[in-house]
Amino acid sequence: MKYRVLLLALLVPALVMFGCQKSEPAPVAKAFTVGLVTDVGGIDDKSFNQGTWEGVVKFAADYGLVKDKDVKYLQSSAEQDYVPNLSTFADEKLDIIIAPGFLFESAMREVALKYTEQKFLIIDMVVTTADGAMIPNIANAVFAEHEGSFLVGVAAGLKAKADGKNTLGFIGGVKFALIEKFQAGFEQGVKAVFPEAKILVDYADSFIDAAKGQALAQKQYNAGAYIIFHAAGATGNGMIKEAKERQEKGQVVWGIGVDKDQYADGVYGTAGKSAVLTSMMKRVDVAAYDVAKAAKDGTFPGGQVLMFNLKNKGVGIPNENPNLSADIVAKVNEYAAKIGSGEIVVSEIPAQ
Amino acid sequence: MTKAKNDKLVLSLVATGLGFLLGAIVIIGTGKNPFIMLNAMVFGTTGINIAKGIFNARYIGEFFIQAMPIILTGLSVGFAFRTGLFNIGAEGQVLVGGLAATIIGLGVRAPSIVHVPMIILGAMLAGALWGALPGFLKARYNVHEVVVTIMMNYIGLHLNNHIVRNIIGTTDGVKTAVFPKTAMLSSEFLAGVTNGSRLNWGIVPTVLAVFVFWFLIEKTTFGFGLRAVGFNKEGARYAGMKVERNVMTSMAIAGAFAGLAGAVMAIGTFGFGRTLPAAEGYGFDGIAVALVGGNAAFGIMLSGLLFGMLKAAAPLMQSAGIPKEIGSIIQASIVVFVAMKYGLEKLLVLMGRKSREPVEGSAV
Repeated sequence: MKYRVLLLALLVPALVMFGCQKSEPAPVAKAFTVGLVTDVGGIDDKSFNQGTWEGVVKFAADYGLVKDKDVKYLQSSAEQDYVPNLSTFADEKLDIIIAPGFLFESAMREVALKYTEQKFLIIDMVVTTADGAMIPNIANAVFAEHEGSFLVGVAAGLKAKADGKNTLGFIGGVKFALIEKFQAGFEQGVKAVFPEAKILVDYADSFIDAAKGQALAQKQYNAGAYIIFHAAGATGNGMIKEAKERQEKGQVVWGIGVDKDQYADGVYGTAGKSAVLTSMMKRVDVAAYDVAKAAKDGTFPGGQVLMFNLKNKGVGIPNENPNLSADIVAKVNEYAAKIGSGEIVVSEIPAQ
Repeated sequence: MTKAKNDKLVLSLVATGLGFLLGAIVIIGTGKNPFIMLNAMVFGTTGINIAKGIFNARYIGEFFIQAMPIILTGLSVGFAFRTGLFNIGAEGQVLVGGLAATIIGLGVRAPSIVHVPMIILGAMLAGALWGALPGFLKARYNVHEVVVTIMMNYIGLHLNNHIVRNIIGTTDGVKTAVFPKTAMLSSEFLAGVTNGSRLNWGIVPTVLAVFVFWFLIEKTTFGFGLRAVGFNKEGARYAGMKVERNVMTSMAIAGAFAGLAGAVMAIGTFGFGRTLPAAEGYGFDGIAVALVGGNAAFGIMLSGLLFGMLKAAAPLMQSAGIPKEIGSIIQASIVVFVAMKYGLEKLLVLMGRKSREPVEGSAV
């Protein structure tokens, strides 16, 4: 009798599943397909993964591709999922497979070398073979984060100066070369317009710990920081939350967003005001869009390094900055032009 | 098979069936086809895609890659549980195991036949120490092991990150240099037969660990002592057993299983030491695996394979438009159904009674 129950317990789901099987219509002319593999941050990280996906979604909209069918994503739960997730898309022979973030380095190398027929795009990193040779089926998109960070540094410096404050803050995710580029650019930008300003620097040691981000923001705001720039992914959401809470209580402090335009994340109260001063946009969406388009047009830049900087608008501040005065925006644009023309060279390495 | 064991098996299987049923209902609720899930489960474990009629052995290899660490953390949690201890610290034990593997992998030059066993034993020792400390605090000062092991997870995480980043050194801020070939469990043969998957010799220590668990717990006086403490601590003390020593030993052995998981991942799956922004959940998966596996060696192996299947099927389901959270829902509901043991047993008895009654009269 127990076995009958057992059989039932196992059979019912199987029957339900088979019962629902529909015959799929035969596929017509094959559409262009794009696959995105996210890191552990997930598709809705309000940052890197989400930004890349938005580029893919825009590409799909412009070329009449079906979301979740022609363009789709796989979310990774742990680092050991990177290789199987990339391989699953490669097995499905998607036309281009995108992975945002340098965490994918070794997984991307392994999979791309195995599936030489597939085209891959890695964002934020140059993936080479173990011997340092370029891999012909990987396009590498990198960004001049220090240039964009310089601009938000200029904006922050001018804003602080105008409001009679002298302390600013930077919160990084994890201290390594890539994030130090943000710090370096920000510091140089601030110093360019406000040499006496003091900049507090903290690293959270995490990109996903919003509580830690909020704690660090509390510390910096309490120490007198007027504006904090974060380069910390989801950790930085805690900083924005803290800025919102303080603004709601009437204390004027600001946050600067990263990667995407985070203005909407900083909206508090009912008047629709935002605690986000501006954002250092890193157009991962543009990178994803451009490379997908190139692959579709047959000009996939395999084995190449694509640099997205101020000049080609791969980094920069948003078009709309309601919290910045026209003077500041004008000044920022002035600096943008100087960096674009090469008149100012921004260092990638922090001073201290 | 004894009746008690049989009941446990039936219970776990019924819970599993109900979990999948619930998953299928959720999928139908979101307007998707639950056959996709079934196909993904079959494809993810056997490499046979029913819907498309293709075979890819890579998926078999990746299925084992997903199952190995959680079988080992399941053994870790299960072993402690048999001694009446709740080891929430498998996560941290995995991390220090991985750290030890990284240190020995990069710091020692030896032929493979020496290097690999050295790494594995080193990682197990590190995990054992990480488990023994909460065991010691429990035995000596009666500090609850749940609290201590949870805290040890964080210490393990940050210790690993600190040592990898500042002492061993990283190539890009997040991972170490690649281990020498002699340190690796990888096998061209196993990768070859599974179409280039990451399958490696880590399956050997994993299967051995299952047997060691079974042998220690079921077949030795030592294991009997541990179990006796688990059944009734005061009773065991009255019978002259060294309860404190058993508590510590049990936690150390539990830690060794988890430490082995860390080694298998470091020198099998990855091939480099890693820093982690947050724990990856192997320890917590281990709790679920142990619970569903009834804290018995082969039960844990089976439930580890089951949860490994859910993980292996995740990309396939996602690619077909079913969110990865469905896998988590199934996993969680299986655990809930197992935890609802009493209710389920009642249900089974009620369902079984009709057919049982006439039989009982004649047979007994």
